[in-house]
Amino acid sequence: MQPAVRLEQVRKTFGDVVAVAGVDLEIRQGEFFSLLGPSGCGKTTCLRMIAGFEEPTAGRILLQGQDVSRLPAYERDVNTVFQDYALFPHMTVYDNVEYGLKVKGIGASERRRRVADALAMMRLDRLERRKPGELSGGQRQRVALARALINQPRVLLLDEPLGALDLKLRQTMQIELKTLQERLSMTFLYVTHDQEEALTMSDRLAVMNQGRVEQVGTPAEVYENPATGFVAGFVGASNVLAGDAAGAVTGSAAAFTIRPEKIRLAPLDETPTAVESSAAGVVREVVYVGAFTRYTVDLDGGGELVVMQQNLTMSSMEVLQARGQRVRLIWDRQHNRAIGGSVQEQREEER
Amino acid sequence: MSTVFRRAGIFLYRFPGLRLALLLAPPLAWMVVVYLLALAFLFLTAFWRQDPVTSAIIQAWGFQNFQALWAVDVYRTIALRTAGMALAVTVTDVILAIPIAYYAARIASPRVRTFLLLSMVLPLWSSYLVRVYAWRVILSSDGLLNWSLHKLHLGSVNLGFSNWSLWIVFCYLWLPYVLLPIFAALQRIPNSLIEASTDLGARWFTTLRRVILPVALPGIVAGSIFAFSLTLGDYIAPNLVGDTEFIGNVIYQSVGIANNIPFAAAYAIVPAVIVAIYLLVARQLKAFEAL
Repeated sequence: MQPAVRLEQVRKTFGDVVAVAGVDLEIRQGEFFSLLGPSGCGKTTCLRMIAGFEEPTAGRILLQGQDVSRLPAYERDVNTVFQDYALFPHMTVYDNVEYGLKVKGIGASERRRRVADALAMMRLDRLERRKPGELSGGQRQRVALARALINQPRVLLLDEPLGALDLKLRQTMQIELKTLQERLSMTFLYVTHDQEEALTMSDRLAVMNQGRVEQVGTPAEVYENPATGFVAGFVGASNVLAGDAAGAVTGSAAAFTIRPEKIRLAPLDETPTAVESSAAGVVREVVYVGAFTRYTVDLDGGGELVVMQQNLTMSSMEVLQARGQRVRLIWDRQHNRAIGGSVQEQREEER
Repeated sequence: MSTVFRRAGIFLYRFPGLRLALLLAPPLAWMVVVYLLALAFLFLTAFWRQDPVTSAIIQAWGFQNFQALWAVDVYRTIALRTAGMALAVTVTDVILAIPIAYYAARIASPRVRTFLLLSMVLPLWSSYLVRVYAWRVILSSDGLLNWSLHKLHLGSVNLGFSNWSLWIVFCYLWLPYVLLPIFAALQRIPNSLIEASTDLGARWFTTLRRVILPVALPGIVAGSIFAFSLTLGDYIAPNLVGDTEFIGNVIYQSVGIANNIPFAAAYAIVPAVIVAIYLLVARQLKAFEAL
């Protein structure tokens, strides 16, 4: 099957600034695909080029196998949900949703039917006479979705649509979006800087940094096997050990990452088994986060490791007493992930 | 000394109503005395009359001034001519202003925008009289316009002094007042609104008609009110570049020459009523809803 969206060596520069530095991507038919990365990584520019708001400096964009790189936005079979919703303030909810059909010259009776369907689907039927200014954030969000879906696009582009909502509403909307996508079996391309959002909703995601794609994969692949130090650091918290610090643990200077939740805090005299790695150090910092505690440990062999421990039996008082004590950190060796590239350089980039 | 101020400060802090009253009293007094009272007085004066023999003003109430306005052809014609001119100037200025304001607000680079804004406002720095006289020099039969046409072997036009030349001059005079509010309204439109319209399948002209102009409508109406009311009240430009009379000229002559202040007051109510009707129509068209 043709990929829904295909980017071939797409580049975009604004003057001297390289926003997108050669991206290749394939988004499959009917999948929920996320572009994840920090602000300024080029993810929104990619989305805007697919929508047709920006023209790529080089490379091709294909929708369903058709090259659309030079087509204006109104000729493309994709629709966008904007970060600020971009609802037309002078139109009612009904008129906003109807807009796409109206400008495409769809007949009045079909318009009425399809708008009614869209409003019912997004549970907006009772709000259809309101203006956007009279709606709450979540309602505006649903109007923006209904408006973007009314033309039945091949791909729905979503540009950080949940960014303006509070945490509870955001989590509700995440589930609603995912359900909606599955029900419509429509291709969703979702841009976000929130790794949790990307991990919970996506079928697959691409992690971007400095205009490049660092890794593409399912949420589990990206989380369990980060391809680069950047991915390891950006998707979930991660420890990176390299050079002498890595050598003290594994006997090799090659850089590797280890997730904080995989490490166990043990007494100094405990000996690791044959399949385990271990390192001794001093607890420098203890942060009590309720469900778990985060320890930062300075290793004897150089470097530091962050350890996350579930608060199974410990109270906050007991936990905080660990500060300044010598401990041994033990973890299953299979969780060590070798990463390519110069770690030092990647860490610099993160700052 | 400082403790007095401190105590006064604390006192005001505790009584926000008093603070507001102190803050608003001077401008409110100005509004009421200078504007509303003057307007009320004007309205009352319109019902007085002038003694035809002595020219003295008699404070006796009656509708005779308004009857004269209605019954005498000349006054009706002048009122209609003034309203027609105001409408023509308003429409022309809005049509001229929208593309310029759109370019300045949404397309031009910041440097070009500054330059354009400056050149919009710059004419306002010179005296109104100088600008009208400048047009007189351009439009008169041996003026700049005919001289240029002659040099280009295009014959000549006899514009000045007519309603045509007056129309040109009015359009020029009030264009900045129309441009600035439209510019402000267009600049406030978020880019994403225009992108959303394009994204949903609208070409540029459809976006202009269905999104950009409706959203900018309050600014357009504000600009048009300037052009309309300024034209209604002006009497200098008709004197200098026109050959017919407008409401302002009649009022000027009634006050300055005939000393018939009651009649002038009655005639001055005509443009006030026309502007009031204009505002009502604008409100009916929901032009102020997005404000």
